Amino acid sequence: MEDYKYILELKDLHTTFKTDNGDVCAVNGVNFTLEPGKTLGIVGESGSGKSVTAYSIMQILADNGRISGGEVLYKGENIVDWNTRQMAGFRGRCVSIIFQDPMTSLNPVFSIGYQLKEAILLHTDKKKNEAEERAKELLTLVGINEPEKRLKQYPHELSGGMRQRVMIAMALACEPDILIADEPTTALDVTIQAQILELMQDLQKKLGMAIIMVTHDLGVIASMCDEIIVMYGGRVCERGTADDIFYSPSHEYTKGLLRSIPTKSNSKERLVPIGGTPINLLNMPEGCAFCPRCDEAMKICLREKPEEIRVGETHMAACWMNIKNMKEVAANE
Amino acid sequence: MSSEYILEVEHLKQYFPVKNGFRTVPLKAVDDISFSIKPGETLGLVGESGCGKTTVGRTLLRLYQPTSGRIVFDGDVLFDSENKIDVKMQPYRKQMQMVFQDPYSSLNPRMTVEDIIGEPLDVHKLYSSKGERHDKIIELMETVGLNAEHATRYAHEFSGGQRQRIGIARALAVDPKFIVCDEPVSALDVSIQAQVVNMFEDLQKQRGLSYLFIAHDLLVVQHISDRIAVMYLGHMMEIAESDELMDNPIHPYTQSLLSAVPIPDPETARKSQRIILEGDVPSPLKMPSGCPFRTRCRYATEQCAREMPPFTDRGNGHMVACWNK
Repeated sequence: MEDYKYILELKDLHTTFKTDNGDVCAVNGVNFTLEPGKTLGIVGESGSGKSVTAYSIMQILADNGRISGGEVLYKGENIVDWNTRQMAGFRGRCVSIIFQDPMTSLNPVFSIGYQLKEAILLHTDKKKNEAEERAKELLTLVGINEPEKRLKQYPHELSGGMRQRVMIAMALACEPDILIADEPTTALDVTIQAQILELMQDLQKKLGMAIIMVTHDLGVIASMCDEIIVMYGGRVCERGTADDIFYSPSHEYTKGLLRSIPTKSNSKERLVPIGGTPINLLNMPEGCAFCPRCDEAMKICLREKPEEIRVGETHMAACWMNIKNMKEVAANE
Repeated sequence: MSSEYILEVEHLKQYFPVKNGFRTVPLKAVDDISFSIKPGETLGLVGESGCGKTTVGRTLLRLYQPTSGRIVFDGDVLFDSENKIDVKMQPYRKQMQMVFQDPYSSLNPRMTVEDIIGEPLDVHKLYSSKGERHDKIIELMETVGLNAEHATRYAHEFSGGQRQRIGIARALAVDPKFIVCDEPVSALDVSIQAQVVNMFEDLQKQRGLSYLFIAHDLLVVQHISDRIAVMYLGHMMEIAESDELMDNPIHPYTQSLLSAVPIPDPETARKSQRIILEGDVPSPLKMPSGCPFRTRCRYATEQCAREMPPFTDRGNGHMVACWNK
């Protein structure tokens, strides 16, 4: 076994989609590191590139998309150039993914048991009867009662929360090192969402896998994640621990986002929305992606992309405001 | 005629016939709920999917024919099953409007924005000349923060937040007193959500509107509402002033619902104890006897299985339907 500190590391990842209106760079230089057993949250609005980042790791992009630059290091090894067979072994065994909508990600014409066993038979060298046992074990693990009965049922016979549990069971079939959850609870009700989040935390404790949580819900992120990445327009605005992001946000977008959400304490005050409309990826500004909507935008924001700089021990941000403030501090000294 | 309430609902029931094999059985989407809304007030209506909150909104506007109950709007009885009153809704639609959840499917893709907003004006014949119609539409677009130059565009040319604004302009066109907002911000991104929530609040102040604000996001509902009503499986569980409900929920369902809301604050999230509800919401076709929540309730007793608890006032208009709390 080689030495590695991070189970997964992304270095300057670029993902491009070919469209009729030209190339769209959905992910534009994303860096992050993930330690074994930790939870990383990727948060952003629709079109910010958070899901595409997750799909790029798994290499399950649509036909017109490709990784156009950068590295994805799994246990220190770059997997971007791996061929189809290598990737097939990688998916499921090293990294699994669960999707937003458990209704459309399960096949309606096969039983739960068939779909679970398929994953087990495909990725391990278990025999058929062993696979059956394993499937039961997995269903018990994710808190589904009467597993024998459930194995014979079809997806439409289960509720939304149950289906998401089945998806999680399927993803955990080969005990992956990393579980990517792409908006796992967006389609579910709050009380069911709480059940699923609790289940994911329990399983993480039991199995010790790392989780990448992709979501737009800052509440989910706050309760689940050790580290957080904030994305906007395909770029990383800011990354750091949960406390860094929520208590000392250092990018104007993160600050705006936190101001705009209703909380228990600000119910009497007016919300402070972020002006303007979300960015069009076909028409990216030259400088900072957020500058057309930013209240603090300066001239340099329009011209040049801000570099990611360290603003705290565990805290990085890409905003010209920080660079300006640092220069001022330096000048005063 | 004026009254204390703009809207009063008493014992409203809305059943839908559902074929179950050879038999037709009633699906009790809304079962015996009562509430009232004062002029200029926002009543938030929360609950999980399938609890009947959207049905309530649609029944109020009589998009569905109510099964029984009584609806009084601004002093006029619109529907009363006991006295067999069932008025024609057309004149009242000028005063009651609706904003729908999905800004993508609630706007006709073949109509320009001008025609979408102008349609209610056409229906109610609210203009004397074409010029007046146009002026009214431009004014409405400006009210909701849309660029008046975009009047000839089609709905697909706008972003989600802008489309929701078109939907709101359409509802405002007839100058209503009361608007049912059915999950108007659920489909929007967080940063856009705040813009639309602010706009609802501004319009309320300017025009003295009353809202029934239906949503599942409790934090948004708390922000915009004066009072909040909680529904579960077609029944009303609790109604209270919004701060009172958030700080001092009485019904076990409200308590678990509130504890399940993920709070965007890591410190509170680490400290808070979630009350995790077991299992799923039962099917409305196989409604449990007595209190519908008893199958998932920690405090359930035999009495809960026998009888539906009465909806009683626990002081200051804090209404709760529970035997044990």
